Amino acid sequence: MTALHVQNLSVEIGGTSLVDGVSFDVARGECLAIVGESGAGKSLTAAALLGLAPPAAHVTADEMSVDGADTRRLTDGGWRELRGSRIGLVSQDALSSLDPLRRIGAEIAEPLAIHTRLSRPARRARAVELLESVSMPDAERRSGQYPHELSGGLRQRALIASALAGEPAVLIADEPTTALDATVQVRVLALLRSIVDAGTAVVFISHDFAAVRRVADRVLVMRDGRVIEHGPVSDVLGAPQEEYTRELIAASEHRPREERPGLGTAVLTGVGVSKAFAGAPAVVEASFAVRQGRTLGVVGESGSGKTTLARMIVGVERPDTGDVRWTGEHRVQLVHQNPRGAFDARWTIERSLREALEAGGVPRAARAALVADLMAEVDLAPELAKRRPAQLSGGQRQRAAIARALAADPDVLVLDEPVSALDPSVREKVLQLLRRLQRERGLTMVFVSHDLGVVAAVCDDVLVMQDGVIVEQGAVTEVFADPQHPFTQELLAASA
Amino acid sequence: MLVRIAGIAASVIVVLWGAATLAFLAFRVIPGDPVSVMLGPQAQVSDAVKDGIRSELGLDRPPLEQYLSYLGQLLQGNLGESYQLRMPVTDVIGRQLGSTLQLTALALLIAVVLALAVALFARGRVSRGIAAGVELVVLSSPVFWIGILLLSVFAFGLGWFPVSGTRNPATIVLPAVTLALPVGALLGQVLRDGIETAERQPWATTVRARGAGQVRLTSHHTLRHGAAGALTLAAYLVGSLLGGAVLVETVFARPGIGRVTLAAITDRDLPVITGIILFSALAFVIVNLVVEMFYPLLDPRLRRVRQGRA
Amino acid sequence: MSTSVRPDAGSAPRIGRARPIVLWAALIVLAVVAAMALFPSLLATHDPLRTDVRAALEAPSAAHLFGTDQSGRDVYSRVVHGAGRSVGIGLLATGLALVVGLILGALSGIAPRAVDATVMRITDVLLAFPEFLVALVVVAVLGPGPTNVAIAVTIAAVPVYVRLARVQTRSLALAEHVEAARILGVSRARAFIRHVVPGVLGSLSVLATIGIGSSILAAAGLSFLGLGPIEPSPEWGLMLSGGRNVLGTAWWIAVFPGLAITLTVVSATIVGRTLRARAEGRAS
Repeated sequence: MTALHVQNLSVEIGGTSLVDGVSFDVARGECLAIVGESGAGKSLTAAALLGLAPPAAHVTADEMSVDGADTRRLTDGGWRELRGSRIGLVSQDALSSLDPLRRIGAEIAEPLAIHTRLSRPARRARAVELLESVSMPDAERRSGQYPHELSGGLRQRALIASALAGEPAVLIADEPTTALDATVQVRVLALLRSIVDAGTAVVFISHDFAAVRRVADRVLVMRDGRVIEHGPVSDVLGAPQEEYTRELIAASEHRPREERPGLGTAVLTGVGVSKAFAGAPAVVEASFAVRQGRTLGVVGESGSGKTTLARMIVGVERPDTGDVRWTGEHRVQLVHQNPRGAFDARWTIERSLREALEAGGVPRAARAALVADLMAEVDLAPELAKRRPAQLSGGQRQRAAIARALAADPDVLVLDEPVSALDPSVREKVLQLLRRLQRERGLTMVFVSHDLGVVAAVCDDVLVMQDGVIVEQGAVTEVFADPQHPFTQELLAASA
Repeated sequence: MLVRIAGIAASVIVVLWGAATLAFLAFRVIPGDPVSVMLGPQAQVSDAVKDGIRSELGLDRPPLEQYLSYLGQLLQGNLGESYQLRMPVTDVIGRQLGSTLQLTALALLIAVVLALAVALFARGRVSRGIAAGVELVVLSSPVFWIGILLLSVFAFGLGWFPVSGTRNPATIVLPAVTLALPVGALLGQVLRDGIETAERQPWATTVRARGAGQVRLTSHHTLRHGAAGALTLAAYLVGSLLGGAVLVETVFARPGIGRVTLAAITDRDLPVITGIILFSALAFVIVNLVVEMFYPLLDPRLRRVRQGRA
Repeated sequence: MSTSVRPDAGSAPRIGRARPIVLWAALIVLAVVAAMALFPSLLATHDPLRTDVRAALEAPSAAHLFGTDQSGRDVYSRVVHGAGRSVGIGLLATGLALVVGLILGALSGIAPRAVDATVMRITDVLLAFPEFLVALVVVAVLGPGPTNVAIAVTIAAVPVYVRLARVQTRSLALAEHVEAARILGVSRARAFIRHVVPGVLGSLSVLATIGIGSSILAAAGLSFLGLGPIEPSPEWGLMLSGGRNVLGTAWWIAVFPGLAITLTVVSATIVGRTLRARAEGRAS
């Protein structure tokens, strides 16, 4: 039975067509994934399915029905009847998707309050039942807590429970696991799959192919508002027909690095380094080595201490105990996690680059030429130098940030999650740039990331961190092929 | 819990002591002899008489002794004696306080009702725009001018309300409305802003996706967020009410703290001025206390987490 | 009474730029007021101090645009001549307060924790009161008089700038792009001057345009109470006080000066908010 039927859906805002001719069906007990890069129109499609497109949007479709009900010309009142009871929504990041001033139980019971005539005690009891059905431990107590009192994974489960309360036939899940740590993602995806298997039709929107493989039956690839390709997951992801789909998949699975055997001399050695902030330990007894001309990856989930470690390497933070020992004179530079914040928003790129050169002691006359050289080195068109950071795309900003770090002519470069915020296709290009720079300049790099695929593509050696402790380290090929520590194993399994 | 109360009590005492000390210092620091200032430039009084007054008021003793006896008196609830009226300051203020409190309480009530009404009923873009415009004009107008306009139109013009006096209850209407308008406008602005910001949050989309309409969204969700924002302004609003009361009482010739304050300032009646400053400090402290107690009730993120996170 | 929201970083509602026509109207009003303040003799029709008892309490007419007051003085000319004093005090107070606030706030922002905390505590207490109230207290201590009113309004305006300057200095000093500059090798002082100061100065200036309104209202309020300039000075607040007494018979004496105050403050606030919206738009 078709739970969701869409034929030729189009969404136009201000004359621009943002979703064009999208058609698909989702049956009960089936999960359809919609993938694409940012700007492909996925979220707008989801919003249109719920009647929540922005007021300025013009939504048209030949056919559009939810659980048999025609939704093309519904009034607001009509939509309100459907939402929550026939079609539900699970969004990204439960911390901002749940009202922080209301208890979890109240949020979950809300669809019941809107659509049923259950008494308050009955609603409360049902809310606890729903929490139990999403495997929330200690459901009774949790239902009386507030969103900020739960961890990310539990919060997302609560959000899912609130979407299921009205027993909708269709569930739209818009990037529901993107903000979660890898190991937690796996569990929440499993939960979603069980919901599908229990009979709900789920539309799973994501840009993460690994997640899609875990949870979806069929997949739709969108680009610039159109459906480029669709079919069963194994077909589309295993043997993609379209060039774009192939690019997309290739970009998310990075070309692994050629092995470079040999250890090389240690440029930097950390011995028993520890750092705590306001009593809470960030890095605990870390001992490691950064070797000449090689790239060291530092992986871990959020809160693992990897950024703190990187900052201690750069010298911005000083360890409380232990030693960070450099052998010889080295110039270290940092590429920040957030290039937008790292540039003065009021200055043009050129001015920022000049500042970097000036600080490096380059005479005024030579600066203009060097700015041009740096821009060319990171593959940025020269006219982009006259722009401000906000006027560049994410990928361009990241290159500019790298250029600025290079302006100081470092021989060690520390990069903190440099590609995490970029689209998959852009990501690969920046990684290629980094590999080239290392070759041409003989750089030693430290690469912090939570994405194992990226680390495998760029790094020679790797440190795995958990709760401030280095649980495993060694050559990437060895550690990834044969992980010893259970946490490393869990991480690798989660990103497979 | 006890520690928290002790902490709050300590800060209350510190603020009050600070205000008292500041008031004491302020008057000692100003150039000029307080007795001469008090008597006015016209007074033809011999120095002997002045000295007599000075010793009577205790102004010839060493500063530290004055300060300590001043603090001592304060602790006993004695604010000294008015230079001009020869009455205890507590009496001077106390007798007029009731009238002002009546006025401010009514004004606050009207302001809250107005603000809530506008926040709840100004839904669409047009009505919100109009509301914002009206609020801007009201907040940019001197409150005494608003009072004059209302007097002009409703008392002198239409004759609906009496022009002055305190005889019948109708006399409090125009002053209360005048005082309520700026406070209500500010409250409405903040409330509306809070609600609008809340409506743009991701969780508001979640609420809509459950099938909630605008009414439910506002009453069960965004209003609380807006109120939390408005609560932070509570102390400022009380200050506005007090300051406005001084002006409004002058416009409508009503008895109250305004009259007392004005007379004290023009007559340089230092004990009364000090008394009023201290009274304002007390009001400020009490309001802040109440707000601090209420705030965690509204925003659970500020409550101390007892069980800890999962 | 100045209940315009203390233009406080954080609690003030983020109302943004006005529609072009509204902005233009505001700018025109401000231009007219500026003209009144700078060249009163050009715009006034009569001598503001000249009394003519025979023409007392005349309603607005062609001869007297805003009518005459109890002493037969032309209200319109008094409004024109009052602009300089009423608006001037707002400008003066705001300008001084901005400079003082900037210095105090910036210093507090880079001072050790204890000093910073104390300064901010005091500022927060002051900020909890509307400007008018603070000014009233200062006048209560100093005594009435036009100079004291000016001092009082200035002191009342300072806390807002201290707070903003300090908040901005602290946040900018810790900002990522400043840290990035330091890592690149830019000296601490240079980074501060290049990256922190311009930002702080910019925000403060925008705040000032919104804050002028509060100062004007506070000064007018004090004058209305009779604590500022004395008769026969043509000052808007003072004129309102005089007009109050004959409200039943001659509404124009009080209404027009009040209208002038309101229009000026509305226009200044509109322009200020637009500037702020533009500044924020550029930074994001």
